[in-house]
Amino acid sequence: MGHPILNLVAQRIALGCLLLLMASVLIFIGTQILPGDIAQSILGQSATPEAVANLRKDLGLNDPAYVRYFTWLSGVLQGDLGVALSNGKPIAQAVGQRLSNTLFLAGWAALISVPLAVLLGLLAVQYKNRWPDKLISGVTLTTISLPEFFLGYLLIFFISVQLRWFPSVAIINDSMSLGQKLNTIALPVAVLVLVVLAQMMRMTRAAILNVMQSAYIETAELKGITPFQVIRKHAFPNAIAPIINVIMLNLAYLVVGVVIVEVVFAYPGMGQYLVDHVSKRDVPVVQACALIFASVYISLNIVADIVSIVANPRLRHPK
Amino acid sequence: MNFKRIPISALVGILATSGFLFIALFAPVIAPYGMAEIVGDVWEPMSDKFWLGTDNIGRDLLTRMMYGARTTIFIAGVATILSFGLGSVLGFTAAVKGGWVDMVMSRAVDLLMSIPTLIFALVVLSVLPGNLLTLIVVMGILDSTRVYRLSRAVAVDINVMDYVEAARLRGEGLRWIIFKEILPNALSPLVAELGLRFIFMILFLSSLSFLGLGIQPPEADWGSMVKANKDGINFGIPAALIPGFAIAILAISVNLVADWILNRTSDLKGGRG
Amino acid sequence: MSQEMNYLAKLAVEGKLGRRAFLGKAAALGASTAVATSLLSGTALAAGPKKGGHLKAGLAGGESTNSLDPATFLTQVPADFGRMWGDTLVEVSRIGEIVFRLAESIEPSADAKTWHFTIRKGVKFHNGKTLTATDVLKTMERHSGDDTKSGALGIMRGIESMKADGDVFSVTLTTANADLPYLMSDYHLIIQPDGGMDAPDAGIGTGPYKVTVNEPGVRHVGERFEDYWDAGNRGHADTVEIVVLNDATARTAALQGGQVHMINRVEPKIADLLERVPGVSVKSVSGRGHYVFLMHCNTAPFDNNDLRLALKYAIDREEMVDKILRGYGSVGNDMPINGGYPLFSEDIPQRTFDPDKASFHYKKSGHSGPITLQTAATAFSGAVDAAQLFQQSAAKCGITLDVKREPDDGYWTEVWNKQPFSASYWGGSRPVQDQMYSTAYKSDADWNDTRFFRPDFDKLLLAARAELDQAKRVGLYREMGLMVHNEGGVIVPMFNDFINAVSDTVAGWEDDPSGESMNGFALAKTWLA
Repeated sequence: MGHPILNLVAQRIALGCLLLLMASVLIFIGTQILPGDIAQSILGQSATPEAVANLRKDLGLNDPAYVRYFTWLSGVLQGDLGVALSNGKPIAQAVGQRLSNTLFLAGWAALISVPLAVLLGLLAVQYKNRWPDKLISGVTLTTISLPEFFLGYLLIFFISVQLRWFPSVAIINDSMSLGQKLNTIALPVAVLVLVVLAQMMRMTRAAILNVMQSAYIETAELKGITPFQVIRKHAFPNAIAPIINVIMLNLAYLVVGVVIVEVVFAYPGMGQYLVDHVSKRDVPVVQACALIFASVYISLNIVADIVSIVANPRLRHPK
Repeated sequence: MNFKRIPISALVGILATSGFLFIALFAPVIAPYGMAEIVGDVWEPMSDKFWLGTDNIGRDLLTRMMYGARTTIFIAGVATILSFGLGSVLGFTAAVKGGWVDMVMSRAVDLLMSIPTLIFALVVLSVLPGNLLTLIVVMGILDSTRVYRLSRAVAVDINVMDYVEAARLRGEGLRWIIFKEILPNALSPLVAELGLRFIFMILFLSSLSFLGLGIQPPEADWGSMVKANKDGINFGIPAALIPGFAIAILAISVNLVADWILNRTSDLKGGRG
Repeated sequence: MSQEMNYLAKLAVEGKLGRRAFLGKAAALGASTAVATSLLSGTALAAGPKKGGHLKAGLAGGESTNSLDPATFLTQVPADFGRMWGDTLVEVSRIGEIVFRLAESIEPSADAKTWHFTIRKGVKFHNGKTLTATDVLKTMERHSGDDTKSGALGIMRGIESMKADGDVFSVTLTTANADLPYLMSDYHLIIQPDGGMDAPDAGIGTGPYKVTVNEPGVRHVGERFEDYWDAGNRGHADTVEIVVLNDATARTAALQGGQVHMINRVEPKIADLLERVPGVSVKSVSGRGHYVFLMHCNTAPFDNNDLRLALKYAIDREEMVDKILRGYGSVGNDMPINGGYPLFSEDIPQRTFDPDKASFHYKKSGHSGPITLQTAATAFSGAVDAAQLFQQSAAKCGITLDVKREPDDGYWTEVWNKQPFSASYWGGSRPVQDQMYSTAYKSDADWNDTRFFRPDFDKLLLAARAELDQAKRVGLYREMGLMVHNEGGVIVPMFNDFINAVSDTVAGWEDDPSGESMNGFALAKTWLA
């Protein structure tokens, strides 16, 4: 078609791939400058020097860095993430399990929090400066202000220990039914929802209020359209770019940044997996995880960009 | 400014925020004990002697909270200012300039953001010398990427508005367009974000302390105080709960003020039509 | 001694021997009253284990990097799970005696240089194979070969040759070692079919439970092995599960919320609070594990013994035990040995907090200016707090300590055993003095983390190792202890208790000073009442 939007979209995707390549370089450099000897870290405090030397030799740590980078990159491009240094198992399998767990948790948290945030944001605009607005603001602000682990422990204490409604240990496995799984992850999902809700809700409210000041909204109001219709038809589409941006950031956070929630609830997600391997200096696993995180982030980014482009009437119909 | 026009919520926010600032500024004068001084047993309950009880090694919690206010507000505040200054100016510039400037800056930011913050902080802070300046700069720069994205997104929309084009046609320079045209119109979403970013800074600081990369003991921010006393949460020990709630109260008061400013600025803009 | 003791305990429980008489006889055999009492209650519990159910433990000390290969065992969870699926040749009992497991009997040569282990007959591996002396030989070879990465290599180094002959496995040492059987109880030395040469991480052993789920860093599940050779004493629950809960607060909550039956590493600060929770009891046992501050004896300013003594006098051990361990532990005496070791001399004077002596030695050392102490949360539970207490007490003696908290990540590779003054810990898994001293105080030890280079000390160590006269050995060990106490680079403020917490539905718990969770055997030896 050659429509400018299609061109823009194609451009963004190509850029995304380039970005991913640059990220892979950055990740590789980062893992190389991390202090600490890999062999020593794997074997830990009780390692003898001979054992360390033997392991170093086995791991091929004596090759120059760029050789190792290209070996790694060509492996990744062929879908081979390599083998974990610490236990000699293929990374793809272990990471796959962890990734699907992470996406499961993030997915449910997003499914609840995004519509809820937008809805609450719209409600807040509707009842601007009246008690529902203040209540929504106050509650979401409180939940976002508490450190995640504190929020997690409070929920564990009241809901799991005192009331025994949901378990505090959120370990899921394949033999569970969907209902059991949801019951198991109820508390971490609740924490994540509470943590991401406020920012998305506040941005929805602020962006819509901002648009509501525009002249064309006044025109629409003067035409006698109901306030709700004004928001839905005129304000919301024009406020969507910043909202999408914030939603995207929070979705990325749900996938990439939930280590602490995973620790508190012992959830077998990728964050904990990554941290374990960072502290063991298991470089191939760290690289694989970081690359997956980077690609999740970059894809979400592309989506947000595209939605912003499509939603902005002036960008959609360039003069 | 007419004080009677300030809504109660904003007044509460202003009072509480200034209260915290006062405590932070005068902690050494008003604190009943020394910051690192061990004065009692572990986790003593609230009493006449220790108004908030004692912490996990027997220091007075009230004193620790006061000094903690200092570190928390100072570090989070400076890092937020840095993050906002850097992020918004770069974001606006990218939006106004467009083209390859926008492209390069946006991709560089994307690149920075695509690496998980945790790994990033770990690598950077373990390679650089561990002092307060490094900590603040790293926090500010990592966070400015978020501000950049938002400012750019907001400014791109404003940039295509007719009045900006008018200014451009008038021959105004980059600085005029950013500070006189874009900034006032982008202020409300940014101010709404400012309050939140301040909270995130406090939380970021506490997760750095969680990794052992934060402030050196015996100094402590509230986040690391929550962490140091967290084992008491399941048993309702005050030392575990109070710093957490203090963070929440500070955050809410700052945001009440931010909300009020947000309303004022958007009213202002409304008046401008 | 142990056979006799057990026999006496059995008599006492059956009512054939009065309790007082039992304690008296036990004392005559050299056991302390506490040990004898716990043995008595242990024997009483053994009256009736109940079979069945699903026993679940929430444990700290597991990572997603763990493997089932015993050579790689390092942290608690894989080691404890190894106890479920495997067996060692011998174990060390709760009173420090050798218990025969896969070895039926042990025969040393007169000079303690050659040791013969007769292997138990009719023991089955999970894969149906029968245990032979060759399996034992192959296992030991895998842990001692030149290219091994085994954590047990340090122990195996003194071995000159090994052989399997019929059902006897023999070891010849380069130098005599009266303690060799103790070394064979190491948790790495799980006997695997064919030594685990082909599949080291298969998780096939002779233990009471077969591995059914192995998700490192998440959970491990075992199912009872029906052909287990010692089914009367172990493997009571149908299935056992270890859930990895590294966060202390989450661990406590899981027990309080009834999701697990037992947890390890209860924070001393909350032990008393947890004890008050209905349905839960705290089990603590004093052990050989200790927390240390390490000074390098060859690095300035710590190369000056007066400065080392000044710092040793400037630490308030009582306060540390009180504030950091909340009484769940005992004061240390600047040597790595306490009453938990056999052949310990009780008469070595206890060093106490003494500001006058501290400042006397500090002045005499001629040092001035702040001294940097590096610490991290991972160094030991409460290490950052302990360093701050040390800082406070040293200030009272006119010594300025700068506490530098390091990131947990990289602490063991970048700080411990590298920096001249740092916090660390030693677990209690070394059952005899020789092993402890050889690991960290002998001049050529890999982990001589105080840089204690003393040929006279090494000579005493080798003499004590080969000495079969126990009275003489006590004397040698006393002399060595005093050397470390007065001239060494180690400050030992405290010996920590192992603190577990157990739900009241669990029966059969017996404290074991060798390690937490009944030295890792809790899931195999307890049952659901």
